[in-house]
Amino acid sequence: MIKLKKLSAIVFASVLPLLLSGCKAVMLDPKGIIASQEKYIILFSAALMLIVVIPVILLTLIFSWRYREENIKATYAPEWAHSLFLEIIWWSIPCVIIVVLGAVTWISSHRLDPYRPLVATNKPITIEVIALRWKWLFIYPEQNIATINFIQFPVNVPVRFLITSEGPMNSFQIPQLGGQIYAMAGMQTKLHLMADTEGDYQGLSSNFSGDGFSGMKFIAKASTPEAFNRWVKSVKKSQASLTVEVYRQLLVPRSEVPVRYYSPINKDIFNHVVMKGMMPMPDVTEGK
Amino acid sequence: MLQKLLFGNLTLAAIPFHNPIIMGAAVFMCLAAACIVGSLLYFKKWTWLWKEWLTSVDHKKIGVMYIVLAFIMLTRGFMDAVMMRLQLVMSVGASHGYLPPEHYNQIFTAHGVIMIFFMAMPFMFGLINIVLPLQIGARDVAFPYLNSLSFWLAVAGAALINISLVVGDFAGTGWLAYPPLSEMAYSPSVGVDYYIWALQISGVGSLLSAINFLVTIFKMRCPGMTLMKMPIFVWTVLCAMILVVLAFPVLTVTLGMLFLDRYFGMHFFTADFGGNAMMYINMIWIWGHPEVYILMLPAFGIYSEIVATFSKKYLFGYATMVWASLSITVLAFVVWLHHFFTMGAGADVNAFFGIATMIISIPTGVKVFNWLFTMYRGRITFSSPMLWTVGFMITFVIGGMTGVMMAIPAIDFQVHNSLFLIAHFHNVIIGGVVFGYLGGFTYWFPKVFGFKLNERLGKAAFWCWLIGFYVAFIPLYILGFMGMTRRLSHYDAATGWRPYLIIAAIGAGIIAIGFIFQVLQLLVSIKNREAYRDTTGDVWNGRTLEWSIPSPAPFYNFAITPVVDSKDAFWKIKQEKNSSEAEPHYEDIHMPKNTSTGLWVGLFAGIFGFAFTWHITWLIVASLMAVVGAVIARTFNMSTDYYVTADEVRRIERQSRSGALAPQKSNSTDDDVTDDDLPDLETEPA
Repeated sequence: MIKLKKLSAIVFASVLPLLLSGCKAVMLDPKGIIASQEKYIILFSAALMLIVVIPVILLTLIFSWRYREENIKATYAPEWAHSLFLEIIWWSIPCVIIVVLGAVTWISSHRLDPYRPLVATNKPITIEVIALRWKWLFIYPEQNIATINFIQFPVNVPVRFLITSEGPMNSFQIPQLGGQIYAMAGMQTKLHLMADTEGDYQGLSSNFSGDGFSGMKFIAKASTPEAFNRWVKSVKKSQASLTVEVYRQLLVPRSEVPVRYYSPINKDIFNHVVMKGMMPMPDVTEGK
Repeated sequence: MLQKLLFGNLTLAAIPFHNPIIMGAAVFMCLAAACIVGSLLYFKKWTWLWKEWLTSVDHKKIGVMYIVLAFIMLTRGFMDAVMMRLQLVMSVGASHGYLPPEHYNQIFTAHGVIMIFFMAMPFMFGLINIVLPLQIGARDVAFPYLNSLSFWLAVAGAALINISLVVGDFAGTGWLAYPPLSEMAYSPSVGVDYYIWALQISGVGSLLSAINFLVTIFKMRCPGMTLMKMPIFVWTVLCAMILVVLAFPVLTVTLGMLFLDRYFGMHFFTADFGGNAMMYINMIWIWGHPEVYILMLPAFGIYSEIVATFSKKYLFGYATMVWASLSITVLAFVVWLHHFFTMGAGADVNAFFGIATMIISIPTGVKVFNWLFTMYRGRITFSSPMLWTVGFMITFVIGGMTGVMMAIPAIDFQVHNSLFLIAHFHNVIIGGVVFGYLGGFTYWFPKVFGFKLNERLGKAAFWCWLIGFYVAFIPLYILGFMGMTRRLSHYDAATGWRPYLIIAAIGAGIIAIGFIFQVLQLLVSIKNREAYRDTTGDVWNGRTLEWSIPSPAPFYNFAITPVVDSKDAFWKIKQEKNSSEAEPHYEDIHMPKNTSTGLWVGLFAGIFGFAFTWHITWLIVASLMAVVGAVIARTFNMSTDYYVTADEVRRIERQSRSGALAPQKSNSTDDDVTDDDLPDLETEPA
């Protein structure tokens, strides 16, 4: 009895904070146009499939109960094992659902393609992203600034991320603004996002990249255009500039790196990192 | 210099003496091994073990050994899981838990590798080994010696993984070892090499097994058993083995290329010099997605057998089930890209693979409805195999639903690599594969050992697994929506994840209790085996041929090769049963002799993998020569088979039938047959 009390106390103690904390489901609390459409598709597809899932679960329970051995009143038809009519029904119901979901898939894959530029009245800004071990380097070529583990951009302005990696593969994601895309060495991927609400959003790497992976986080701040401009100015006052030399030092593996600002910057770095992998082997170029 | 020559890169420093967790595990493993070896010596069971089990080519014994391997590795993989859950409960905010990242990374990698390759695969091959020849009325598999070899290759792979725990380290790359992380530049230690060789060696074993079972199914069915009269489990195994034969060579080649990169500095998957890491990811999933169905299809077969038996009805829509399995087999090869929509292949490609993935849910959904309507108008006995089946049906549709959600690229971009994904695949693998194998284990156990497992403890284990599963994994679905990504070893308190992780850990604890119940179930059942003895050979009122022979099945399986003319052959025989109990006319039975070649090849293959891992050149050459030598030596052995005479067959059959048909009556003809006569018969000298 005492044990039971103790157990229920433990269960209660663990459930209570759950109820109090509330669920910070960032993916169901979107702050950008991409993420809100993705949330809609999540809810729609789940609801559509529950049309089949709930009846199946209920039927399993009902049949289990009704046709249990003890219930000899229920019909027993040991030879009955085929019904064209029934089989047509349950081939066609999933087919119809998959046709609908397939249409949703086709349309949403194109509409929410991360490579597709967003249509907006405001001119987009570009941020180049390099995933390093284990930090994010962000380069604003138009503003001539660079940051570590922090980005800021104006709301309702499309942001065009050009993404690569130096080292293992990572995946660039800001869940409240939209889906992710891989950051791969020797390659460039693109992601278009736009925030519709001001705020600080958690950014992360969602592809495991080694020992310091857990500390590879950043903040994405969506602010008013004025605040963004003020921020750019403040970064420009930074003492450090991003030269090739400084970039090389960043390649040293380190996790949980605090936010840093650089200005001015060497604008060729991003291109150089992407293209580095494209070069032939030194032996080949030297004709050895 | 000499040391380098003798030991390659292996030094004493490779053993982490300073790490109490690893040393504890090492001591535990050594104690367990010492206990086993000691008791074998004490009870003088070495010869018995060697003759009856280790060198056996009897498919039932090999099956049992596969399942023993699976349970050992399940224990290890489950301990890894518990360690991960504990780490995530502790490692929040200022605390970094009790595992440093480099150790945590090895644990989640080992957990995945062990559970897929060394728990699920051996469990599957074990069940197939035990059941398949019995269901098709065969005396053994097509190539009994090859079967033994496959098993020992799986053991060699599993041994390498366990050695890596103590000597050196294991890969800390995730269970599929994506490059560039798994390349020399970022994983210079031996972990990835252990990974490569453990998978290569066991992978060859899996491929050989699959060929063996395909030939068995095509060539060794009893007279009258046409393809469309095969038990549905045989059909699903056929489909799964086709997948193995087509998919495993891809795994071998992919890992071979990774090995070339690591060992010889090539550039298949490096970022530079023309390498392309994304090629690895494509190739590994061309194997990896079919692998999911390789595990899943036989489980579908098991559920089909169980649901028909315990509903006491024909399986609903047999032909549909066959076609559904075949279409899953084909579709399994056209969906691999859904594992990396986020690579940026473009909207058309993503949409194609997304829709292809959803299409698989149609035949799968049809299967669920067919099981449902097998239960409809049945007379359902809720023995524990049936409980596993009903638990599966409810759990699996939820996993299917979340799977189809992730097949929509727009959703996948959000939840890819999040704990939502982790919850999904545990939902289908635990709720689908593991439930099925455990149900099948309980179902066929009496056929192998001659006594039933304790039902009370079996049901207790089932409820713990079922409830534990939901408590452990529903929070992970929620955490996925909360933006928690997989493989994190530490997180901030502000995320609000911790309460859910605590609940998940409690769920893992409940599953652990279920696991303990299963161990207890085995112990109690063995202790009370006389009380649980199955004297009928048909303990569940079965429908297929394996229930037509005594339990435990005699080593030659069928004294008389059965002739069938319908599906559910044994059910039909029972229905039409005429009372003529005249003793059939027995003939000599041709049987394969035991061989130790498989064991030696497995041992040397394991040494070969170890030698490659540590760059010990002479040992690579020597062990490879030993492998080839053992295989060649075997070809000179002309005495590989023997005949069981008709008289001996008659004697064994009378003994088991007398127990089966007339347990009370003492039959005077059996008085001269003692129990001790049996083992001598079974171990014809190799």
